[in-house]
Amino acid sequence: MRGTHDVVPVDTPAIPNGSGAAAVLSAGIGSFAVALTSIAADKSAFLKNLFSIYKPTGPLSGETTLAILVWLLAWTFFELRWRKQTISMSRISAIAFGLLGLSLLFTFPPIGDLF
Amino acid sequence: MEITTRELWTLIHGMGFGALYLLAGSGAVVALYRKRSVGTQDANAHGEVRFLAIYLSAMALLAWLTVLSGTYVIYPWYRAVPPAGAANLVAFSRALLLSRPETKQWHLIGMEWKEHVAWIVPIAITMAAAVVVKYGHDLRNHRQLRSAVLGFVAVSLAAAGIAGFFGAMLNKNAPVEGGKTFHLAQGDK
Repeated sequence: MRGTHDVVPVDTPAIPNGSGAAAVLSAGIGSFAVALTSIAADKSAFLKNLFSIYKPTGPLSGETTLAILVWLLAWTFFELRWRKQTISMSRISAIAFGLLGLSLLFTFPPIGDLF
Repeated sequence: MEITTRELWTLIHGMGFGALYLLAGSGAVVALYRKRSVGTQDANAHGEVRFLAIYLSAMALLAWLTVLSGTYVIYPWYRAVPPAGAANLVAFSRALLLSRPETKQWHLIGMEWKEHVAWIVPIAITMAAAVVVKYGHDLRNHRQLRSAVLGFVAVSLAAAGIAGFFGAMLNKNAPVEGGKTFHLAQGDK
């Protein structure tokens, strides 16, 4: 007997998972780019100065702008490549969550400062 | 009773956009978790997905408003450099925190983590909203994609929590002050 909240058999997907995989993976890449740009600016006076595209905010303005650009470019790239395909979601999820986890760790100053 | 322009912006950033995001976040996690088990025979399934798409899009808007107001409105006041030899650092939050050993780490760990980890939030929630908008009811046929979206929303909630906690503590130890003062109520003379 099945209740209204039980799991029911799924149908064949109408939309391939490629677009979703592209969105998930690029979100992982974008998050990791936030951590990477912050470490890079911390280690290099040249990059720190380069990233200061809005002086009152300082290098944070360039770090985050670059990370957002990396995220959007990655999203566009994978979307164009995968939108009509079915992708191995478990592999993409593992990579995306790996990058997301690393971004949480690397933005934490005591860990980010180790580099 | 009065409030300054900078205090008002801090209030809008933290208690407005940020706190609203945190409140909405737990609702989104529950809604996405429920999608793991609600079946195709649920009469409200289509309406629920439409609602979830609007809900996550509103959260994405809140996340962007939070990081943009924090980075480009409040942060410049926070990191303003005091004139050489200034004795009163009340209007220079970062310098004030760094001037005392007992508050130094609020900047070195708190603000340094907050200003970066917060930017993960709009990325994660925009992705979640885009996936739900694109797939709609077909999301029920993509179990792993649903789980990935749920995971990213949960992490975005954690990241927003970290940013919110440090934001509150930084504001407690060295509030951003200054700007035009608005008198809200007059006390007894």
